[in-house]
Amino acid sequence: MQAQQYNFQVVKWFAYMAVVYLVVGTGIGVYIASELAWPDLNFDIPYITFGRLRPLHTNAVIFAFGGSTLMATAFYVVQRTSNVRLWSDKLAWFVFWGWNLVILSAVITLPLGINQSKEYAELEWPIDILIAVVWLAYTFNFIMTLSIRKVSHIYVANWFFLAMMIMIVYLHVVNSLAIPVELWKSYSIFSGVEDAMIQWWWGHNAVGFFLTAGFLGIMYYFVPKQANRPIYSYRLSVIHFWALTFGYVWLGAHHLQYTALPDWTGSLGAAISLAMIIPSWGGAINGMFTLSGAWDKLRTDYILRFLVVSLAFYAMSTFEGPVMAAKTVNALSHYTDWTIGHVHAGALGWVAMVSIGAIYHMVERLWVTKIYSVKLVNLHFWMATIGTVVYITAMWVSGIMQGLMWRAYDAYGNLAYTFVESVEQMHPFYAMRAMGGLIFWLGGCIMLFNVTMTIRRALAQNSEADLTAAANIQGVQHG
Amino acid sequence: MGNSNKNDRTTFQEKLEQNIWALVLATAFIVSIGGIVEIVPLFYLDTTYEDINKPEYEELKGIRPYTALELAGRDIYQREGCYLCHSQMIRPFRDENARYGHYSLAVESKYDHPFQWGSKRTGPDIARVGGKYSDEWHIQHLRDPRSLVPESVMPRYPWLDDATIDAVGIEKRVKAMRVLGVPYSEEDIRGAAESVEGKTEMQALVAYLQVLGTMIEFVPGRQYRD
Repeated sequence: MQAQQYNFQVVKWFAYMAVVYLVVGTGIGVYIASELAWPDLNFDIPYITFGRLRPLHTNAVIFAFGGSTLMATAFYVVQRTSNVRLWSDKLAWFVFWGWNLVILSAVITLPLGINQSKEYAELEWPIDILIAVVWLAYTFNFIMTLSIRKVSHIYVANWFFLAMMIMIVYLHVVNSLAIPVELWKSYSIFSGVEDAMIQWWWGHNAVGFFLTAGFLGIMYYFVPKQANRPIYSYRLSVIHFWALTFGYVWLGAHHLQYTALPDWTGSLGAAISLAMIIPSWGGAINGMFTLSGAWDKLRTDYILRFLVVSLAFYAMSTFEGPVMAAKTVNALSHYTDWTIGHVHAGALGWVAMVSIGAIYHMVERLWVTKIYSVKLVNLHFWMATIGTVVYITAMWVSGIMQGLMWRAYDAYGNLAYTFVESVEQMHPFYAMRAMGGLIFWLGGCIMLFNVTMTIRRALAQNSEADLTAAANIQGVQHG
Repeated sequence: MGNSNKNDRTTFQEKLEQNIWALVLATAFIVSIGGIVEIVPLFYLDTTYEDINKPEYEELKGIRPYTALELAGRDIYQREGCYLCHSQMIRPFRDENARYGHYSLAVESKYDHPFQWGSKRTGPDIARVGGKYSDEWHIQHLRDPRSLVPESVMPRYPWLDDATIDAVGIEKRVKAMRVLGVPYSEEDIRGAAESVEGKTEMQALVAYLQVLGTMIEFVPGRQYRD
C-alpha cells in the first residue's frame, strides 16, 4: 500500500475554508437582514448598503461556502469511491487557489458596485471568465479521476456531482454572455424577455444543480457512511437521478409567471415544477430510510442528526417549491418575502445542514481524530435548527401578509392599503428574521471554533505525515 | 445491484455506470433538453413581442432606446442594486393595475440589456414610476427617503450628488448597445458625451426613473396579450 494513495491535503483546505466562508457569508446575511429592520445601519456608506451587500451575501454563501463544500466533498468522495488518487494534484490545487481568487474578487468588486445585475450571477466578465476556467478544471479533474477508477461501477454520489458540474458549465457560460464595455463593465447580449428566461433558467438551476444535485451527491455518500448502512434503494437512486436531472432544468420559467414572458413558457415551468415533487421526495425517502433499523443512532450521533434533519428540510422545501410554482399560489407569493423564506428553508435547512454534517464527518477522518467537543456539535445542531425555523417562520408570516395586503380592497372597491403600510407591518418580522439568522450564524461560529480546535489538537499529537498515512490506511480499508 | 449475471444481459443503466464517457454524454444530453425547449423558441416566435404580434397597434412603436443620460442612470440603478428591492414588471391583476398602472409588455424591455424585471418587492414596483413624482421629489427621496416616507427602509444615497457622469465612458456604452442591436443613430452616438457633460449621477438616475413606463400611450380597451 502506498502511503500517499489519496490527495486529502486539498480536501482539507477546501473543507476548512468552507467553514470560514459559512461564518462570513451568513454573517453578511445577518447584517443586511438587520439593515432592512433598522435602515440606519446603512450608515450612508455606499459600500455597505443593502443593494451592494446583498449580492455579496448570496455569492458568499452559494459560491464561497457552497462551492468550497462541493469541491471538498466531490474530491473526497471521488477518491474514496474510486479507490484511486485524484487524476491531477496540480489541477486540484489550481482549482483551490483559482476558486479562492474568485471569492476574493467578489469581496472586492461587489461592494464597489461592480455588478452585472443578474441575480446570483452578478460578477463582472473578467471574473466570469476565471470562474469558467476554474470550473472546467474542477470538472475535468473529477471526470478524469473517474476514468482511472479501480472499481468497475461509478458510485451514485458521483453521478450527482457530475450532473451538477456539467449543468453549471452550460448555465454559467450562456447566462454570462455579455459584451465588455470597460474592464469592469459589460452588457448582457440578451435583452428583455429572452434575458429574463435565460437568467431564471440559470437562477433556478443554481438552486437545482449547484445547491441540490451537488448536495444530493453529498447525501448519497455521507448519510450511508455516517449511519454505517447501505443506501435504502439502488433503484430509487436511479430514478431520482434521471428524473431530477431531466426535470429541474425546466423550472426556471416558474419565476416568470404572469410576466411579459409568453404564457406557455411559465405554464410549462409550473407543470414540471409540480411533477418534481416525485423525484425530490423519492430522494429524501431514499436518504431517510437508509436509517431503517438504525434510528437509535440519532440519540447519540449528532453528526447524523445534521444529515437527517437536512433531509427533512429538503423534503419540506421541495414540497413548498411546487406549491409556490402553482399559478394561483404564485400570484400571491411572487415578489414577497415568502420566496426569501423558501430559499432559506432550502439553503439553511437543507444545503447548510447537510454540508455541516458532511464536514464534521470528513474532519474526523481527514485528521484521523475525534471532534474536539461533541457537546458543541450538539449545541450547533440546535442553534442551526432553531435559527432556521425562526427565520423561515418570520418570512412565511411577512410574505403571506404582504401578498394579502397588496391585493386587499375596501368596501368601496379601492385598494385597502398603501404600499408603505405593508412595509411598516414588516418591521417585527424583519427583526425576527435577523434574530433567526443571528442564532444560525452563532452556531456557525461555534463550528469554526470546534473544527479549528479539533485540527490543532490532531496536529499537536501527530505529525502531518503520520496523519496523512493514517487517513489513507483508513480510506483504503473503508472505501 | 444488477441481475446481469443471471440473465447475461447488461442494462443501459449498468453500461453507463461502467463507462464514464457514456455517463458524461448521457447526462450532458438530458440536462440540455429543458433549456432548449423553453429558451430557443422565444427568439423566433412572433408572439413573444407585442409589436410584432400586433403591428396595427401604433402606440407600441413608441418604444425608443434610452437617451445617453437615461442609460447612465440605468447603469447607476444596476450599480446600487436597486433591482434587488424594486421590480419593474406589473402583472395583469386588478390590484397591480390599480396600484402601479397598465401591466408591463415585453416590448417595453426589449432594449434592456440586461432586463431589470426584478424578483422582489421590498419597495414598490417602479415599472411605471416615470412622471408620477416631480424631479425634486425624487432627488429629495434619494437623498433621504425617510424625510418623505417615514416608514421607508430604503438606504440614503447622498453620494449620487457628488459624482458626475463620465462623458467619454457613456459614448462607449451607447456604442456597445448599438453593437447589441439597440437602434442608436450616428447622431445619438456623436451627441452622447455632450448630453451628459457636467450632469451628476443624481440627475442621471432621476432621468432614468422619469422615463420608466412612459414610452407607450396605452389605448383603453385594447388587449395587448393573447
